Amino acid sequence: MQVPISSDAHYKSHLSIKDLNVWYGDSHTLKGITTEIPAQGITAIIGPSGCGKTTLLRSMNRLLEENPGVRMTGQILLDGTDIYRRDADVTEVRTRIGMLAPKPFPLPMSIYDNVAYGPRIHRQVRAIGRGRRRKIEGIVERYLGAAGLWDEVKDRLKAPASGLSTGQQQRLCLARALAVEPEVLLCDEPTSALDPMSAQCVEAQLQSLKKETTIVVVTHILRQARRLADHVIFLWLGELVEAGPAEQVFREPRDERTRSYLAGHIG
Amino acid sequence: MKRQRLEESFFKILMIGSTAIVLGSLLLILSIIVVRGLPALTLDMVTQTPKGGYYLGKEGGILNAIVGSLYLAIGGTVLALLVSLPIAFWLQLYAKRTRFAEVTRLVLDVLWGVPSIVYGAFGFIIMLWMGMRASLLGGIITLAFIELPIMVRGMDEAMAMVPSALKETSYALGATRLETALKVILRQTGPALLTAVLLAFGRGIGDAASVLFTAGYTDRIPDSLLSPAASLPLAVFFQLGTPFPAVQQRAYAAALILTIIVLIISLISRWLSSRLTKHVIR
Repeated sequence: MQVPISSDAHYKSHLSIKDLNVWYGDSHTLKGITTEIPAQGITAIIGPSGCGKTTLLRSMNRLLEENPGVRMTGQILLDGTDIYRRDADVTEVRTRIGMLAPKPFPLPMSIYDNVAYGPRIHRQVRAIGRGRRRKIEGIVERYLGAAGLWDEVKDRLKAPASGLSTGQQQRLCLARALAVEPEVLLCDEPTSALDPMSAQCVEAQLQSLKKETTIVVVTHILRQARRLADHVIFLWLGELVEAGPAEQVFREPRDERTRSYLAGHIG
Repeated sequence: MKRQRLEESFFKILMIGSTAIVLGSLLLILSIIVVRGLPALTLDMVTQTPKGGYYLGKEGGILNAIVGSLYLAIGGTVLALLVSLPIAFWLQLYAKRTRFAEVTRLVLDVLWGVPSIVYGAFGFIIMLWMGMRASLLGGIITLAFIELPIMVRGMDEAMAMVPSALKETSYALGATRLETALKVILRQTGPALLTAVLLAFGRGIGDAASVLFTAGYTDRIPDSLLSPAASLPLAVFFQLGTPFPAVQQRAYAAALILTIIVLIISLISRWLSSRLTKHVIR
């Protein structure tokens, strides 16, 4: 069954996580997480290493199930429908909820083909022949532009993507994820492999995207969370300690552990 | 400090020595083939079929065996490739490390080690049962079986080297496993897959025992899939078995031609491989 995509999906779209538990073998990695990801804006998931941030993120586009030996219970609702329900189409879920990995992984093809990969497999372009090519060219230019990479690569679109610098590769991955036109974009420590200049560039792109897209960023860099986040989720040892508007969580944290973490006493 | 340096130089010598032994014996084999085969390697050898029978004939050439070998090995390789690729994709993308997949790998490893004469005998029994005579088709199918384990295991190992993050990148864009296999993994592993195919081809074109019963031997160039086909390894085998030096010399010439064919195929695949490497992600 297809998940209905209404024309105003962009404005309502958000994720709602209900009593999510994840085990890797015997270790209970996420313990009864219940929270909301508001539509649009940037939600930052913060917490020390190994607290389950990435696991939580990967559960949101069902990439978690690619890990062997993983078991989970609970629900994740996208616009009110469970992405884990029995008749859910996993490729559709991942089309609507895109992802940016910590280390850029270009696909083994040209810069152009990397961005066109998603639109091509999803047959986003209805036209055929020359019209189709022109439309795909349009998509590639638009999203390379949105990722702030167009000017740097427009003269070598057919060159191998592996020839780009790490910072450029990460922006290419961003363009590639955006070209599928996801409603939600999950970013797992998106700047951890990047130099400060490229990191700043990626952050700026995320800021400008948040008007149209719901963005979830996992980060262990508190300064980055403070710069980016409109909404914050704080995880500690697999438990959700606190979640709320960034202003409130950073200014007046309610929980003692959040306070200690933000002050740098723990984590 | 001194012990470490001694250790290092000892193993260095060991490594260089081993390489030298291999290269040396290869050179020796090649030089014997060239020295004995070159005098008999005339234009007639590669442009004519034998005159006076392949066993005793000193006239004509071995075009029958050259063409037969190419038909057999190319046919067998293409057939094996058509079966290997789906198996390798299945092993890597769906079955992964399940018990069934591991048993499949074990079976393939055993098949790899089975002597080719066993494949030949097996193919022969099947052909008898089906009422087929020794033919090009029988030889191609038997060679495909011999090449299959080499190809599948080579491809399986190559695909196992693909970083899981690369596959996940494709999944995260909403691609299915099949799309990921055909558009990402195939490109990423292209050069390695080519090597697997080449290894299998080399084994196929050089094998004598399996085609002995299944493809037979003939002085004529096969004109259909059902007619028997000669092959270079058997040309070497039969002509070496005669007591006449002139015919034996022709065997060395056949071996030389076989080696040159393998060399040419290797060079072509190297060139192809370097073109495919362009996009590979490291």
